[in-house]
Amino acid sequence: MKTNRKEGETDIRLDHRLICARITPGADVLDLGCGDGTLMSLLVREKQARVQGIELDGEAVQRCVAQGLMVFQGDIEGGLKDFPDRSFDDVILNQSMQEVRKVDLVIREALRVGRRVIVGFPNFAQFRSRWTLFFRGRTPVTRALPHDWYETPNVRFLSIRDFEVFCRHKDLTIREAIYLGDGTAIRWRPNLRAKNAIFILTR
Amino acid sequence: METAIDRIETQYFRFAAPPDRMVLESGRRLGPITLAYETYGRLNPERSNAVLVCHALSGDAHAAGTNAEGQPGWWEAMIGPGKAFDTDRYFVICANVIGGCKGSTGPASVDPETGQPYALGFPVITIADMVEAQRHLLDHLGIDQLLCVAGGSMGGMQVLQWVSSYPDRVRAAIPLATALKHSPQQIAFNEVIRQSIMADPAWRKGDYYAYRQPGRGLAIARMIGHITFMSDQSMEEKFSRKLKNGGYSYKFTDDFEVEGYLHYRGDNFVKRFDANSYLYITKAMDYFDLSDGRFLPKTRTTETRFLVVSYTSDWLYPSQQSQEIVRLLKRRRIAATYCELKSAYGHDAFLVEIEEQTRLIGNFLGNL
Repeated sequence: MKTNRKEGETDIRLDHRLICARITPGADVLDLGCGDGTLMSLLVREKQARVQGIELDGEAVQRCVAQGLMVFQGDIEGGLKDFPDRSFDDVILNQSMQEVRKVDLVIREALRVGRRVIVGFPNFAQFRSRWTLFFRGRTPVTRALPHDWYETPNVRFLSIRDFEVFCRHKDLTIREAIYLGDGTAIRWRPNLRAKNAIFILTR
Repeated sequence: METAIDRIETQYFRFAAPPDRMVLESGRRLGPITLAYETYGRLNPERSNAVLVCHALSGDAHAAGTNAEGQPGWWEAMIGPGKAFDTDRYFVICANVIGGCKGSTGPASVDPETGQPYALGFPVITIADMVEAQRHLLDHLGIDQLLCVAGGSMGGMQVLQWVSSYPDRVRAAIPLATALKHSPQQIAFNEVIRQSIMADPAWRKGDYYAYRQPGRGLAIARMIGHITFMSDQSMEEKFSRKLKNGGYSYKFTDDFEVEGYLHYRGDNFVKRFDANSYLYITKAMDYFDLSDGRFLPKTRTTETRFLVVSYTSDWLYPSQQSQEIVRLLKRRRIAATYCELKSAYGHDAFLVEIEEQTRLIGNFLGNL
């Protein structure tokens, strides 16, 4: 995949750049688990998007407010149900789905309040992880999965293949799948090689 | 940069002189009306930097700076040069509510028709009436649109009411530690508070102005209030079971420091607050209800941006009530931020939890 970097964009995370490229200018966007608002700020700057975040961590909420972003402090599971149907063009779950218990419910709710859902998650079946698990007998700790087992916020560990099967079972339409390696997109054998994946879903 | 507000002066705005008396939510009329208010900072030439701060139950117009009596404002830590409500940037206004007793027209004011204090002849007022009076003041000051309305507790109710009554006149709203409506628990506390005032024989059905305040009743009312403003943790930290005189007296005098504190706060309150005002204002809070379709008509939305704040240890206006506001804003797709600040101070937190609150509000206002 070409990554036409403009000047000054070099410090923007690859996943953020790829997600940003898929947002329509002026779109209404809900970012679930928006963290300190880096992606939302990018969407405001590059796409003049109308963004709203949901984030549990109070310090992260403060950092969002410092950038002029609007955020509801709270968890993702409880945060969706009051939005009317089709409130947003895009609902983003980037690197937050694996921290959610009721994945099925959250994605269903996200597809109710948004036209599209953009899901980004670390691939547990990337070969480094497989290697660590198979040869060292240890739970993988990688850049995409940076936490030890006893302190990880993740409660769901999944591979790209797992998510494809999940979408098939749940009747979710995969509009696009993007696979990420170190600083580049990956096409060939993503479930073995990609560290992260971004899926764009519709009903 | 200056570090303090100098020269504080309470001003008085008079309006609604008969026959143009203000029509209240109840249908009754009130006039003439005086509003006591203070302002800090300067209104810019575009008249676009006005911030209205609304006080809580026992507050007054003196929100910031030090007045002639040497008293600091009730939100002194939040309003001033370089503070959250930065008076180098914003023109901050605070008015005493109608029904109050700090310079604005209330039950202790003289009824021009009788020449006597209104007492219980004063009409029951609502939060919407308080806001309507403030709207007259803003018209008088030539301010079409407020940059922001902010306040905690009953001040937060006025913030919500402002958006409900005048959605186009408020660019941003900051309701702190408040609710769309009082729960039965909150109404119950207020009723005990009112009953303790009315049970004092000195209350004389409200007609005590020729005699003296129903001091016992009002002091007890305020003691109840203070218990609800603190948290279990803050009381533990402040008083624990510390004794005033080192041992038990085996009498019904105040042995514990917490008892002494409540007596002190109660007795002090009697010197500065009118008992009937306490009745009227608590009633206004109980009547307040902007839940469901009452906030804005179903078809109407607003461009007003919200910052809703609750505090972890506030059990009088618990976070669920702020989250109820947030749910309403979500249903209406109104741009909002909600933050639950960590604090051990209970409901008092919005007055004393300064650091995180300053960061939050300062950044929110700075990005409008």
